[in-house]
Amino acid sequence: MRVRVLGAGPAGLYLSILLKKADPSHDVAIVERNPADATFGWGVVFSEETLGALRDADQQTYVEITDTFARWPTVDIHYRGRTLRSRGHAFSAVARKLLLEILQRRAHELGVELRFRTEIADVADVAAGADLVVGADGVNSLVRRTYASRFGATVAPQGGKYVWYGTDLVLDAFTFIFKETDAGLIQVHAYPFDERTSTWIVECPEHTWRSLGFDEMDEAESLEATEALFAEELRGRRLMSNRSIWTSFLVVRNESWHDDNMVLIGDAAHTAHFSIGSGTKLAMEDAIALAQALVRHPDDLGRALVDYELERQPVVERFQQAAADSAAYFARVERYAHMDPMPFAFNLLTRSGRVTHANLAQRDPQFVRVLDAWFHGGGQVPAGAVAPSPMFAPWRAGAFEMRNRVVRAAADVDRLPELARSGAGLVIAGPVAVAADGRISPDTPTLQDDDDAAAWVPRVDAVHAAGARAAVLLTHAGRRGATRARRYGADIPLREGGWSLMAPSPVAYAPRMPAPRGMDRQDMIAVRDAFAAAAVRAAGAGFDALELDMGHGYLLASFLSPASNRRDDEFGGELAGRLRFPLEVLDAVRDVWPEQRLIAVRLNAMDGTKRGLQLSEAVAIARQLAAHGCGLVHVVAGQTVPDAARADYRRGFLTPLADRVRAEARVPVLVGGYLTTPDEANTILGAGRADLCLLDVPETELELQASTAPQRAADDAATDAAVTVV
Amino acid sequence: MRVGVGLPNTIPGSDGRLLVEWARRADGGPFSTLAVLDRLAYDSIEPFTALAAAAAVTERIGLATMIVIGPLRNTALLAKQAASVDALSGGRLTLGLAVGARLDDYEVAGVDHRRRGARLSEQLATLRDGEHLGTRSDLPVLVGGGTGPAFARMARYADGYAHNGGPPRAFARAAASAHAAWSDLDRPGRPLLWGQGYFALDDERAGAAYLRDYYAFTGPFADKIAAGNLTSARAVRDVVRGYEEAGCDELILFPTVADLDELDRLAEALA
Repeated sequence: MRVRVLGAGPAGLYLSILLKKADPSHDVAIVERNPADATFGWGVVFSEETLGALRDADQQTYVEITDTFARWPTVDIHYRGRTLRSRGHAFSAVARKLLLEILQRRAHELGVELRFRTEIADVADVAAGADLVVGADGVNSLVRRTYASRFGATVAPQGGKYVWYGTDLVLDAFTFIFKETDAGLIQVHAYPFDERTSTWIVECPEHTWRSLGFDEMDEAESLEATEALFAEELRGRRLMSNRSIWTSFLVVRNESWHDDNMVLIGDAAHTAHFSIGSGTKLAMEDAIALAQALVRHPDDLGRALVDYELERQPVVERFQQAAADSAAYFARVERYAHMDPMPFAFNLLTRSGRVTHANLAQRDPQFVRVLDAWFHGGGQVPAGAVAPSPMFAPWRAGAFEMRNRVVRAAADVDRLPELARSGAGLVIAGPVAVAADGRISPDTPTLQDDDDAAAWVPRVDAVHAAGARAAVLLTHAGRRGATRARRYGADIPLREGGWSLMAPSPVAYAPRMPAPRGMDRQDMIAVRDAFAAAAVRAAGAGFDALELDMGHGYLLASFLSPASNRRDDEFGGELAGRLRFPLEVLDAVRDVWPEQRLIAVRLNAMDGTKRGLQLSEAVAIARQLAAHGCGLVHVVAGQTVPDAARADYRRGFLTPLADRVRAEARVPVLVGGYLTTPDEANTILGAGRADLCLLDVPETELELQASTAPQRAADDAATDAAVTVV
Repeated sequence: MRVGVGLPNTIPGSDGRLLVEWARRADGGPFSTLAVLDRLAYDSIEPFTALAAAAAVTERIGLATMIVIGPLRNTALLAKQAASVDALSGGRLTLGLAVGARLDDYEVAGVDHRRRGARLSEQLATLRDGEHLGTRSDLPVLVGGGTGPAFARMARYADGYAHNGGPPRAFARAAASAHAAWSDLDRPGRPLLWGQGYFALDDERAGAAYLRDYYAFTGPFADKIAAGNLTSARAVRDVVRGYEEAGCDELILFPTVADLDELDRLAEALA
């Protein structure tokens, strides 16, 4: 097979090596525009699993590469004058230059033709006569650019500005430095890669970069300014430039990585933000997968390229998702600058979703022990302290106290005691309507008279008896009312026995739903008073907390959102207008609700539609709610309009929103979003992304199997006893 | 998990005789359901018509559309067709609906492709509210699609989710989204989860050729779908195990070669 490879980076060299190893009769040539000894960047990082793959693929280069490795198990986080160290990680790095030398040598030895300093004007010139053309030519790939539409290529900047320096300071850990400047936070990602040198990447948001004047500096000035900025951390050592200039990270994606006899590997096919350090790793794994696919299908190039893509694309997509999460974290890390070092560090370590409370506890049990103790101790960690995981830490808001951070929701009121017995700290009953015409469906319970209130007393007592707190979600359905029960579906109008609906504006919610009437001032006063009256009854029934429903397009939420509130009076328009009535209701409830108990608000953090409520407004709303006595914001999203284009139902889909509301509005936050495991809750809580977690625990066979056996034994014993008596 | 089989109604050249015999044999086999695909601008038998024929020669087996492209059809007629197949089969129909993936189906039908999502929502609302159209209120409805709005639509109007195929890992990811949307819309219990795959247990080349042709509109993606065709008993069993593990309730395996012996081969692979 005649193979032409564009680009002599790790991907192209390694692929060539593996192809020649598999079949020395392959005619493999690499074309590279730069000289053999030119390289950009300093050290590159590998993980343990990659090393295993490299060993299996080519023992000889594996030994040479790992001989020069810097390996270290630690991550150091420099933040607010403290250094937090996490151990048990497995990093290794090698000088990029050395890696290329090793690969070049091996390629040469195996008979790969290496043509350096060869500028290519046209991919077709190289492709002529080749059976396979490999675009291993990096982030600015000529192959990809030439055939961009066939590959379905997209390139977009991600994160802030960054620059990649070297330093003669030899570190002994993967080091993150967060430096506060007048212009904002600027951070360093640094790691050793040989006995003399470390990589030193500096990153900050673009506004900070501009404020610090980097946009107007040349290469030398930037280096000098950066050295001065980190003089303390560099401990008198220097930074070194290798054509190191500030730039934006570019995310490359391709719908297809091959077209006819052309294939992309490494950065040419995909990039993942440097903050998860996986570019070279992914590139070399691509090379292995492609070489193996070509061996598996020697006579079917098309099938081999499809196989390569099927194997690598899902892996790369996962890394790109993790990298996007990591990049987003660093882009907004300033917002966490108020956090204590311990949750700050844990938030950093768990930023990309690959490290969680549970797997960090495996890698670094002492770090997690201290985190748990810190969490329980409210910032105090006595030496040697041990504590249960964050979800089991009590939570207090004024005089309101929960035994732990786990919240369960019960739409079916009969399940309240059962959920309380499940170990939750708080059980939310509801939605409960404040008036008959505020019901969602005929089976929505109400709190509109004293009989209603009396019916709640034994249920609340049962929750208390189980050691949990009871909350009631008070709602008015607004234009989402008069629908059939949820077991039939949502927003399906009642065919008979419906009632008239009201909303800020007379626009129907969903297809076939009746249009509500636009509310006048009398309607608003009646609703406000109904909320207050229901709150009085809820307090009388013994509820410890009240959750006011300003989410999911129900009445109060539909005032907040410009997608549903089209009023031109003082209750519509700008945010202050749209917020006026919901705040009036909150104030009315606050006035009658016992002071030592909690008021929470379920708030849409965004609607997922262009015309709807956006996150920045939701943050402003959350601040206002807190100022009016709301002690907890339950972050939800969507459902303001059905068919919201940006609806997202990935596991934990509400966590990033809760995180933003909590960090920016500085209010306590409750988050759900299909969290099904204790590990998710512990990770979210420990990292300070929320204060409480609402769990959706799936039914499993395990509970049945775990609990029926003793029950059966007890039944048998009872039967035996009965028999004996007879 | 139950395992059903597809009717080759979208394999070009499948005639009435073959489809009816296929249905008859599937009814006698180990399969839970007989399902059909829907494509307008392609050499195929219309799904409800195919199921009506199948209903006439089967007694036991469930019938399902996996899926029918709702927006291409007039809503009242869609409801009537579904109700008719359901009546003809004695209540054996599961109605899967989605927006489909092909622009040309919309062009041929003269339906606005840009409004497809909103239109499907309207249709679902009508079906759910539509006892006057003859559909029974407990007719099981599945909704497919991989976007956020599709999951919301499923959770709002349907009984479950119809996945569009792929490795078990992809199904598991979609299933988690289906659960999340279900919970977000306060639906009690959990959504039904249906998956699907393709098989060709004898003539691998013919199977691949069909899939490349059927999915030609997806460009290079067609090759990947063809590469995912289950071409050995072992591959079938691995996928069945993987889907079961991922929480699938019903997995439909669609033929890619319209050869009656494929039913026996599949039954054997599942045994």
